[in-house]
Amino acid sequence: MSFQTFVQQFFNGVSLGSLYALIAIGYTMVYGILRLINFAHGDVFMVGAYLFFYLVALFHLPWYLALAGAMLLAAGVGMLIDRAAYRPVREAPRISALITAVGVAFLLENGAIVALGARPKAFPRPAVMTQVYQISGANVLGVSFWVPVLALVLLALLLLLVYRTKVGMAMRAVATDMEATRLMGVDVDRVISYTFAVGSALAAAGGIMWAFKYPQIQPLMGVYPGWKAFTAAVVGGIGSIAGATLGGFLIGMVEILFVAFFPMHSGYRDAVIFALLILFLLVRPTGILGAPLKEKV
Amino acid sequence: MRGRLETFLTLAVLGLFALFIAWAEGNLNPYYQRILNTAFVYVVAAVGYNLVNGIAGQFSLGPNAFMALGGYTAALLMLPLTQKQMVWFLQPLVWPFNAFSLPGHLFIVALLAAGLVAALGGLLVGYPSLRLRGDYLAIATFGFGEIIFVLANNLIPLTNGSLGIKAIPEYTNLWWSGGAAVATLLLVRNLASSSFGRAMRAIREDEVAAEAMGINIFRTKLLAFILSAFLGGIAGALLATLITTISPTLFTFTMTFNLLIIIVLGGLGSVTGSAVTALIFAFLQEGLRFLEAPTRIGPWLVPGIPGMRMVVFSLLLVFLMIFYRRGLFGRSELSWDLLLRRLPGRRQSRAPHL
Repeated sequence: MSFQTFVQQFFNGVSLGSLYALIAIGYTMVYGILRLINFAHGDVFMVGAYLFFYLVALFHLPWYLALAGAMLLAAGVGMLIDRAAYRPVREAPRISALITAVGVAFLLENGAIVALGARPKAFPRPAVMTQVYQISGANVLGVSFWVPVLALVLLALLLLLVYRTKVGMAMRAVATDMEATRLMGVDVDRVISYTFAVGSALAAAGGIMWAFKYPQIQPLMGVYPGWKAFTAAVVGGIGSIAGATLGGFLIGMVEILFVAFFPMHSGYRDAVIFALLILFLLVRPTGILGAPLKEKV
Repeated sequence: MRGRLETFLTLAVLGLFALFIAWAEGNLNPYYQRILNTAFVYVVAAVGYNLVNGIAGQFSLGPNAFMALGGYTAALLMLPLTQKQMVWFLQPLVWPFNAFSLPGHLFIVALLAAGLVAALGGLLVGYPSLRLRGDYLAIATFGFGEIIFVLANNLIPLTNGSLGIKAIPEYTNLWWSGGAAVATLLLVRNLASSSFGRAMRAIREDEVAAEAMGINIFRTKLLAFILSAFLGGIAGALLATLITTISPTLFTFTMTFNLLIIIVLGGLGSVTGSAVTALIFAFLQEGLRFLEAPTRIGPWLVPGIPGMRMVVFSLLLVFLMIFYRRGLFGRSELSWDLLLRRLPGRRQSRAPHL
């Protein structure tokens, strides 16, 4: 592999990885608090991309405003899902919540198929994303450069929120011990709702940037990225934001490098991620950064 | 005395069932035969699925993968050699499947082989993910389903890729599907009331307490999961030899979703509940086709909306979970004891068993 190709593939891997990281953070935050695999999270990713599409197509918003608008709306969608579907089953056995999550995921996917059509739509890409940059002799597409930058900005904002604000402190408290936090007078349901909002906004940003990278959107676009992002959260250490980020970059890199080295086997890229998941479950189930989840008796 | 009465009643119902099959096989209209066959296949798959999700309480999302393994195994074993040459025209079929095909009277061998291959898949996914507490099984089985889809699409010398396998001989009839449904029901029903079944339920209720009682949690969960995969493989094999054409898209996550609705509606943990709702579901699925067909409301022609049925089903699943979590049967079984107790003047009610 020549140096130029390496640089190109490196940027590809970093940009894909930063997208997985953005989605994985939503999974890991919700899992850390509720011990719930939010299967609908990958579909909020899809909803975000469609929101952006319609904000641009109907209101002709510039892309950064549409991005912010879609993230806000997706945050609302996330809060709505939590309020309507997850809160009623919060006291129920865990398996009920998981089944509800599968139901919500299917509802979003098929609802989108019915309401928006199953046919893929061409996604409007801002000019800055399709521009080609010369980085040490390699041609790097705008998306591969700007997507990680945007993702890092969002990550920095998230860390500020989680570690420097009162809401963030409440989120960490709920994740550590929900009952004790409730006894301290914190409105736990509201904190959970905010967690869904933040996770969904990040997923929407991920979906929109995904569509910048692969400029086609369709109702099932969130299924594979969603599953891989959850795998990233597990590999990085479920419940840890840093772990989700690290896992996301790792999965993105592995995927891109596999395709780069074995282009004739690119159909098996998902199988490689699955093998990675099984390997981690066997060797290091807590993930790279994760502490073992305590069993509450 | 009581045991003997119940055995007699069970045998009588089985006899009636056999008579019904004998009649239906010759006389029932083919459309209804097809639905009934599908319904019985759903019974096998759903009862097997409920063993893991309902009785052992482990959230698996893998039945579509196990059905795929079973379906492809059966197709590879049963497809006649001439047909194999026609189907694999892009790349030749791999040895040994290109050298033989099982004759029709060895269909049972293909069914069992399908179950075994699926069980092996179950071991592969279950071993790493069931050692751990938590929801790793859900994510690993979901991933496994996607991987089977990827492999079915890409391993062309074995699966013929996205074109699928056509003209599989139609061996599944009501005797096979109905027989498999009854056998599954009896097997899982008896298993659920054995000491193994009690161990599974103990794990479902409280893993820590079950472990403290000396139950080998990992072994019990893994056994339940492998058995469930085995039944899924058989269901897949029956499905493949029923509809005679299989392709990767037949075994997508939608299959698992349908089974999930069945076991939730029937009551997680109720074996007979799953069987009853599997029958209902197969007919409901046909009955709701009008949702996707163009309809005339007054002077307006409303075009059919594909996907509407799945919207209805997903809403149903969420509503069931929120408002009707126990399902039709809860955790109780349809049993003679229950039915006889309803009769006035019969014996005292006994202590309910879990």
